[in-house]
Order: sequence, then C-alpha cells, then structure tokens
Amino acid sequence: MDVAPILTFAKLTIWEASRRKLLIALVLLTLAIIVGTSFLMSRLWTVSVQNGRPPSEVEVRLIASQLLILIAFMFAAVLALSSVMVAAPSISADVESGLVLSMLSRPVRRADLVIGKWLGLAVLVVAYAGGSGFLELLGISLTTGYVPPHPVQLLAYIAGEGLILLTLALLLSTRLPGMTGGIIGLVAYFVAWVGGILGGVGVAIGNDALRHTGTVIGLLIPTDQLWRGAVYSMEPASILAAARAAGRLNSGNPFLVSNPPAFAFLAWAAVWILGLLALTIWSFRKREV
Amino acid sequence: MLDLQERQAAATAAAASPAIHSVDLAKHYGKTVALANLTMTVPRGEVFGFLGPNGAGKTTAVKLLVGLIPATSGEGWMLGKPLGDRQVRRRIGYLPELFRYQPWLTAPEVLRVHCELARLPRSSWKTEIEGAMTLVGLAGRERDRVGTYSKGMQQRLGLGVALLGSPDLVFLDEPTSALDPVGRHDVRQILHHLRERGCAVFLNSHLLTEVEMVCDRVAMVDHGRVIASGTLDDLLGGKSCRIRVTGLDPRQRGSLRAFGDLDDDGEWITVRGLEPERVPEVVDEIVRQGGRVYAVEPRHLSLEDRFLQLLGEGEKNS
Ligand SMILES: Nc1ncnc2c1ncn2[C@@H]1O[C@H](COP(=O)(O)OP(=O)(O)O)[C@@H](O)[C@H]1O
Ligand SMILES: [Mg+2]
Repeated sequence: MDVAPILTFAKLTIWEASRRKLLIALVLLTLAIIVGTSFLMSRLWTVSVQNGRPPSEVEVRLIASQLLILIAFMFAAVLALSSVMVAAPSISADVESGLVLSMLSRPVRRADLVIGKWLGLAVLVVAYAGGSGFLELLGISLTTGYVPPHPVQLLAYIAGEGLILLTLALLLSTRLPGMTGGIIGLVAYFVAWVGGILGGVGVAIGNDALRHTGTVIGLLIPTDQLWRGAVYSMEPASILAAARAAGRLNSGNPFLVSNPPAFAFLAWAAVWILGLLALTIWSFRKREV
Repeated sequence: MLDLQERQAAATAAAASPAIHSVDLAKHYGKTVALANLTMTVPRGEVFGFLGPNGAGKTTAVKLLVGLIPATSGEGWMLGKPLGDRQVRRRIGYLPELFRYQPWLTAPEVLRVHCELARLPRSSWKTEIEGAMTLVGLAGRERDRVGTYSKGMQQRLGLGVALLGSPDLVFLDEPTSALDPVGRHDVRQILHHLRERGCAVFLNSHLLTEVEMVCDRVAMVDHGRVIASGTLDDLLGGKSCRIRVTGLDPRQRGSLRAFGDLDDDGEWITVRGLEPERVPEVVDEIVRQGGRVYAVEPRHLSLEDRFLQLLGEGEKNS
C-alpha cells in the first residue's frame, strides 16, 4: 500500500491545527491548569485535618488521589469535546469550500484523505493526552509525592476516549455540516456518560431493563467504560478496597470503580474504531464533491 | 527488456490516443439532467473551449472527466485511460470553478503540497514552485498566507497549482472569473504557452469573446446538450466578410453579387462564401465604382452572435 498521500494529508491536518493557533491555545491553557492545580495540591500540606493537626503524608496522598480523579475528569472532558469540535468540520468544511477539489484531482484515493485526516487528528489527541497528562502527574507528584498506581494506562484510557469521539465526529463530517456533526458528537458523549450511570444504577438495584440499556449504549458509544478504566488506574489500594467493599451498590458511581474494563471490551473498542473508519471511507467515497 | 518494450508500446499507444474522448457521457441529479449524452473528442495539444451559459453543464462535464463524480451513464477516456484511472491523474492539472486553497498556508506551501500529491520527483519541487509563482505573476508574495490574497490572486495561485509538473492535459473551469483585464491577458499568454508546449487544454467558459481569441476548437452546450461543435471557422463561417460602404446606388451594390451571396442592410454589406484572399478584390471593385469603404470585417459573426443564433434555433425547434 502506498502511504505517501496518507502522510501528506496527516501532515496537513497537524499543520492546520498549529497554524490556526489551536495547538498554542490548548498548550497555554493546559499549562495554566497544570500550574494552578499543582499549586493547589502543594497547599494540601497546610490544611488542618483535626484540631489544627497538619495532615500526614498518607492523608495528603489520599486527598491528592481523589482530587486527581476530578482533574482527570476535566482533562478527559476537554479532550473529548475538543476532539469532536476539531474533527466534526474537518471533511465537511473542506468539501463545502471546494478545498478538496484540487487535491482529489491528484493521484490519490478518497481513503487516503480520510485515513490521513484521522491519523493527523489521532496524533494530536494522543500527543495532547500524553503531554498534558504527563505534566499534570509530574506536578502532582512533585508537590504531594503521589503517583497513581497505573499512570500509563490512565493516559491511554483518556486518549482512547478522545480517539473514539474523533472517529465518530469524522464519520459525521463526511455527510453533515460541522456544526451539526459537532452537536451530535457532543450529545453522544453525554448520552454515553449518562448511559454508563444508568446501567450502573440498573446493576445496583437489580433492574435488567436499565442494565441492558446501559450495556447497549456502552457498546454503541464505548467512551464510558474507558473513563471507568481511567478511574480504576487512579485508585490507590485503600480506595479500591472501599470500592470493592461497597460491591454492586456502588456500580452507578462514575468516580469509584472496582474493576478495569474487560479485555473483550477493549477489543470491541478497537474494532469499533476500525469499523467506523471503514464506514467513513465508504461514506466519503459515495459523496459527490 | 520486455518491460521496456512494453512501456514503449504503451507510450506510443498513449500518444496516439486523444487527450479526451467520451461517448454518451451523462449525469443526472434526480430529475435534473446536468449533462446529456456528451460525445466528443479533444485532440492532443489543442485548446478546446467548452462554452455555454450558466447552468449548461460545463462544470459537471469537467468533474466527470476529472473523476470527481461518477457518470450516470456513458463512458470516457482521458489520455487513453478510462475515466477514474488514478495513475493518469499524474499527468493532468485542474483549476476548479470553486477554487480555494488552504488559507493558512503560503502560496509556495500550497504548491509544495500539490507537488507531493502529484508525486513529482522531490528534486524538481523547488524549480516547479518557483516557476509556477513566476508564471502566474505571484513572485514577491511568497511569504503571505493565501488567506490574505485577493480572489484574483487566489485564482492565479490555482492556475499555478494546475500547471505544476508540465501536465499533458489541463482543465480550467472559468479560469478568468475573478481576474481583471490584465489577469485575463496573462491567462491568454499562458494558454498560448501551453499550446506551444503541446499541452491540451479543456477550457470552460461563458466569456465567449475570450474563447475566440485562444481556442482551436469549441463545443457549445446548453441545457446539458452540445448544440454545436467544431473549429471556429466551421462554426462562424470563416468565409464571409462584412463591409460598410457608402456612395453606391442599389444596382451597384447588387453587382457585388458576383463575389458571393449578399446580405445588404443599406449600410453594411455582407458577402458570404468569400475566400479571405478575395477580400481586396471586393474592396477594389467598390472603389472602382466610386464607393467609399469605411470598414472591412472578415468573419463578422462573433461567437456570441452565433451562440445566440443557435439558442434561438434550438427554441424554435423544441
Ligand atoms: N450537486 C448537484 N446537485 C443537483 N444539481 C446539480 C448539482 N451540480 C450541478 N447541478 C445542476 O446541473 C446543472 C449544470 O450545472 P453546472 O455543470 O454547474 O453548470 P455550468 O458549469 O455550465 O454553469 C445545473 O442545472 C445545476 O443546477
Ligand atoms: Mg460552471
């Protein structure tokens, strides 16, 4: 297979993100957040736990672990929403403006353009998740000494969420205007989030209808399970023990998780991405430009 | 060895094939017939004008030929390869009607992207890019983003993009739509230059006078149908001449019938079927009889007149 055109389109996608100041804006915002949260973390040493006694190391780390889950949620949401916003117009806008006409008259396949765009966006998502996640974890570890039990998995799960949404938005982008695709992508993200909670509640109260609804939504938009995988990677042993002790009653809580996603689910998420990418290629091939 | 022979044979076959050949090519959008049964041949190295009013189907024809949209029916070949062949696109250039290039890149960067996509050898990129910038008159604007260019400058860039890598066939869809008179003149120069190089040009235009100046051959389309095609002489009746004469009485005017069919509106006399070499004889004859000649216009019919005439006939027949 000839990959040169794919790389050209991927490069163009990254180039566009940097020339349009998207990268620099994200980097500056993220650095500000990292510095701010690290500073707050460093203040944990000065809070009083009981009658003016400063917290012990163990206590600081425990609080840090809980705060980290909140911060990670914010990062995951920012990445998910940015992925949707950037991917949703990426094909449709180029078709509407006529930008694709001269490029597609070259010896390239439609698939080259789709795969190239996906690849470029995926590099951005992974680089953002990896870079910002690493710096945030570094800041927290320097100020509190806390490092989550599975840092690499954590970043991989968060990047995975971004990849899922980027793939969905790119598919929508072959047929719908950017704004429409973007809104559908955002709705899908929130539905998946709520669906995960509903399914968990179903498990907790033993309601099969709710449980199945949660499962179906989770398979259609496999972001929520990845989020739960991220939470699992951030839970120190004591929290994990608490989660397990709570048993299935706790299933609805998206911030307390007792098990990582099953391997079968991760395999499904990979197949889902490949399947949607194939659908995107097919859809763009059928589109008249 | 065999490979070489095969390649030579293929090259000969390709050179013998016309730049474009299509048979009953058609495109329907629901009930709209954008293009109906287009059958035509564009020889190599010629400038071919594809003319018609807005909505006639010109852009549709180009998109079909370039392979951007599938045909509803019919077939076609470009440089000897069936439409949609990917490799043959290495040897074509295309300036879309709706031209737009990455506004966040500079012009040389856009050209570079197209060098890459067109698979030109890397060693030639620098010369190609500099050559294109100069050819289309954008030299000196290398550092500006395309988004800051005027519409006309973007169209010039599009022309540069289309001409990268010395293609054998170039499609230009309304290439002067955004250009000022100087730009139009420049485009005509470029077209002459392309013809000298042996590059075939498929030129879409509704600006008929412009086409008259550059095309070897034209086809006129209306409502998706070709209503006339041929060389300009074929279409415009190259063998006629219009002369503005005073000072002759009706009998004397009538005597010019000796040179060909006459059409006399009292001021202008049109002589049809007149070999161009005989124009001076007619003028001599008028002067000999005491007439005064104010204007002599060989081939007085403009493409525009002819086009309106054909449209009128079409309406009468339908
Ligand atoms: N994508 C499309 N969908 C529906 N109708 C179209 C489409 N593209 C072109 N047409 C119709 O086809 C006809 C020919 O259009 P076009 O080829 O753009 O004309 P021209 O380039 O000669 O001005 C017009 O009636 C136009 O409305
Ligand atoms: Mg047009």
